[in-house]
Amino acid sequence: MSTHSEVEDLLRQLAPQVLGTLVRRYDRFDLSEDAVQEALLAASVQWPERGIPANPRGWLLTVASRRLIDELRSDHARRRREDTATAQLPRDALVAPPPDGERPATDDTLILLFLSCHPALTPASQLALTLRAVGGLTTSEIARAFLVPEATIAQRISRAKQRIKASGIAFRLPPEPERADRLRVVLHVLYLIFNEGYTATSGPDLQRGDLTREAIRLTRDVHRLLPDDGEVAGLLSLMLLTDARRPARTGLDGALVSLQDQDRSLWTKELIREGIALVTDALTRRPLGPYQLQAAIAAVHAEAARAADTDWPQILALYELLERISPNPMVTLNHAVAVAMVHGPQAGLDLLNTLDGDDRIAGHHRLDAVRAHLLEMADDRAGARATYLTAARLTTSLPERRYLEARAAKLRDDHR
Amino acid sequence: MKYVALVYTNPGAFEALSEAERDELMRDADAYHKEFTESGELLSGGVALADPSTGKTLRVRNGVPAVTDGPFAEAKEQLAGFYVLDCESLERATEIAAHDPAVRFWAVEVRPIMDTAGAEM
Repeated sequence: MSTHSEVEDLLRQLAPQVLGTLVRRYDRFDLSEDAVQEALLAASVQWPERGIPANPRGWLLTVASRRLIDELRSDHARRRREDTATAQLPRDALVAPPPDGERPATDDTLILLFLSCHPALTPASQLALTLRAVGGLTTSEIARAFLVPEATIAQRISRAKQRIKASGIAFRLPPEPERADRLRVVLHVLYLIFNEGYTATSGPDLQRGDLTREAIRLTRDVHRLLPDDGEVAGLLSLMLLTDARRPARTGLDGALVSLQDQDRSLWTKELIREGIALVTDALTRRPLGPYQLQAAIAAVHAEAARAADTDWPQILALYELLERISPNPMVTLNHAVAVAMVHGPQAGLDLLNTLDGDDRIAGHHRLDAVRAHLLEMADDRAGARATYLTAARLTTSLPERRYLEARAAKLRDDHR
Repeated sequence: MKYVALVYTNPGAFEALSEAERDELMRDADAYHKEFTESGELLSGGVALADPSTGKTLRVRNGVPAVTDGPFAEAKEQLAGFYVLDCESLERATEIAAHDPAVRFWAVEVRPIMDTAGAEM
């Protein structure tokens, strides 16, 4: 007997290895991916009851190979019937390989990540395919996490695989000149998965929260495979330092608690230690990228025992650097908060005003939310209240709306 | 992001169409459904509503429940059904809904669905 979570962890770890072996052998990513998914489903039913087999990887490989061979046979027969081009199967394709015959020399996880996060795919497909092909999650687990029907996730995955097939994308690492750009896309997809999980609140969102764990696990894998890449270490550090705050980010009633007001004794110390160690090393590596700097900022917050102890001048210096290497309106928003904490609210508001004509953020609730905070700091209570209410109208998040309305109500009540 | 597409029609709207228009509408609606289901953006579980006259409206005031029939067909526009889109942005949701043949005859309103997730500020 083995517990479900033991089996689940093992399956998720083995999934990319088995898939990599199959693709190398049969050169059919689309069919191999389906076959591995079916083998994982079979294992998730059988192993908890009958125990984990002596050679779990070999078991999965055998079951997946049989599936794939059945598929290839019917595909072959179909093509013959249709009298089209002769199927180009390898000569031994219709014979099952020995259970654990070919262990790949390199880890295929990275190749699978580059493939799943190929720029030709839509972001929604990149996320779904990454979680299934690399993460070893089932379609139904992914569907529950994203709160969409299972059929929709299946559509996104099959569409992505059609696209990969039609574009003739090969199963190997992208050539060196493209690799840095392609890695950036992989890291972005992992960060999106992380955020999808992190922003989940509680209750019915619990499945969604698992995405955080999956994103961290996959980013750890990438860090293990590319230990010298500063941005990979930076992203892992940023995830760990952010996740450390999770126990404090919502109150007992599920309401959001701002960073300023969080009970810092609830932050997870081991995650902070690990995150700080990672970013300390990552900052010595060049070139510096946005994840390294965001992790450094998160580390400065993590090092302050009380909100009042925060080293804002250091955070401001880091935002100035971030704004230089990776300018975007979201960075400017956070930069404005740091400016306000160091030079006073008016200086922060002045920086925010530079965003007013920016289409990329116009009508976004975060702009008004930050402005409202700074107006409150400046003691413009009426202005702050009206601006919180504007932000509350613009957000599409229930807990954010509740938070913003509560801030507005507090200003009204204090005024009475 | 998830968006709900609310389809509004006029009372007697379908009946008022010519047969050719009705055929065209049905054909295009099927094609629309297929295209965006396959793109992974139109979620299953869309709903068509029966005529408003077949429903009831409930109110409780000062603890006293009141149930009335209808709403009736005096309204110029009535909610005929809805479905959910899951896509990148409101722009994309609007672009998708523009392919719904209902927009040529009546109107489709696209609105964001509130999310239970949120970021602390």
